[in-house]
Amino acid sequence: MISIKNVSKWYGNFQVLTDCTTEVKKGDVVVVCGPSGSGKSTLIKCVNALEPFQKGDIVVDGTSIADPSTNLPKIRSRVGMVFQHFELFPHLTITRNLALAQEKVLGRSKDEAMTKGLALLERVGLKDHAHKFPGQLSGGQQQRVAIARALAMDPIVMLFDEPTSALDPEMVNEVLDVMVELAQEGMTMMCVTHEMGFARKVAHRVIFMDKGHIVEDCAKEEFFGDLNSRSERARHFLSKILQH
Amino acid sequence: MSQYQWDWLVIFENVTDTDEFYYQWLISGLGWTLLIALSAWVIALILGTIIGTARTLPNKFVAGIATAYVELFRNIPLIVQLFMWFFVLPEMVPTNIGNWMKQDMPHPGIITSIIGLGLFTAARVAEQIRTGILALPRGQKNAGLALGLTLAQTYRHVLLPMAFRVVIPPLTSEFMSIFKNSAVAYSITATELFFQMKQITGDYKPANQIEVVTIVGLIYILVAFSANRIMTFIERRVQVPGYISGGK
Ligand SMILES: Nc1ncnc2c1ncn2[C@@H]1O[C@H](COP(=O)(O)OP(=O)(O)OP(=O)(O)O)[C@@H](O)[C@H]1O
Ligand SMILES: [Mg+2]
Repeated sequence: MISIKNVSKWYGNFQVLTDCTTEVKKGDVVVVCGPSGSGKSTLIKCVNALEPFQKGDIVVDGTSIADPSTNLPKIRSRVGMVFQHFELFPHLTITRNLALAQEKVLGRSKDEAMTKGLALLERVGLKDHAHKFPGQLSGGQQQRVAIARALAMDPIVMLFDEPTSALDPEMVNEVLDVMVELAQEGMTMMCVTHEMGFARKVAHRVIFMDKGHIVEDCAKEEFFGDLNSRSERARHFLSKILQH
Repeated sequence: MSQYQWDWLVIFENVTDTDEFYYQWLISGLGWTLLIALSAWVIALILGTIIGTARTLPNKFVAGIATAYVELFRNIPLIVQLFMWFFVLPEMVPTNIGNWMKQDMPHPGIITSIIGLGLFTAARVAEQIRTGILALPRGQKNAGLALGLTLAQTYRHVLLPMAFRVVIPPLTSEFMSIFKNSAVAYSITATELFFQMKQITGDYKPANQIEVVTIVGLIYILVAFSANRIMTFIERRVQVPGYISGGK
């Protein structure tokens, strides 16, 4: 579904990503973790071409991202993305947030988009809030709307960039619950997160990044099962986040 | 103390040797002032939005042209710009076009003022719009693009609607300024309010010039104040429920 091949990226002279290679198969849930500044967000943004990269290629569902003739909006419309800070559109009601891209990108009618949106709101438990504005919802509710907004496009894969790290602790679970449900339904997912409980529960693979390198890329059982055979840096990182 | 005899009714007197009244001149001047300012504002808003947006685009060439526009138009005094459009431009274009501008163009002073004031204010509006776009959380653009919207659609439906809301307060002061700045149009023969005031107090001296000047001042205050109220009304109308401006 997603194949990342020897991707390197620089910001000026600073190399953010070095020769990153990995694969996300259909139905896979891959968790990406690593210390702050290790390039997790950058890597995930390369997948839907929100960030350009200078070397290597990423192929999403058979389409090369690096190929200049690729219709990027089209490929992005099939890749859902959820951001750390939700990024709902503040001037639009929740229903309009869900309908906008369905109408403008997929060409669905207002009614169709509305029906689809309401069904997804129901699914994330927010149907009663349909006519509110984002600013009137809590962080957890906004993030669930953001997930619904991405799902409204019928994506073939979902990218998450630390979807719970801007949330108050009591709201983390309501968002993770939605993500777990998605994973269990077989959605292909690439999640940057430090929620190791989530990783243990639904991930198939765990990728550990450090300083722009993919240091570990293995099955969940292997990653959590045998900590001693993990790299020094991964162990150090895990010891810090698993304490709590 | 002076023995000045205030007489506010002077504007209702006959213009010397005519059957017109001074107040009619003032009303006609006010009409042209409103027409010049409002038409220029339309140009400024449209062009300013385009140029302000262009300055935020990833394309360096387009952004560079937009920056050059802003620097050019906001660093030359308005009155000099109007003189250039009115007196210099007709000499620089092909002769037949230049002659048309000088002889046949209807209301040359008014039209030139509208365009000149519009282009000048566009540079200022562009800066506000650019600031507004840059003030939005960076992730908003990515959120629009990630949904498959094109860059143009992202600007149209995501960035600009919020940017406009953010910049209504500074735009309000530009909107008020455009009425006040329109007085400069008198210098290129546009018969707007200030022109009429000069006319009345200069060539057609009624006894009480001070009243005329004061009344004109009051009219400008009234116009600017109304402009302010209109913008405040719009600001309230488009307020986003639950949105804390400047948040994040
Ligand atoms: N636009 C940019 N220009 C220059 N450097 C950047 C830019 N964006 C990110 N970086 C740098 O690239 C590196 C990787 O950033 P990235 O956001 O991908 O890290 P991350 O792993 O997601 O970290 P975090 O856990 O803090 O989100 C960091 O050192 C960051 O400072
Ligand atoms: Mg990050």
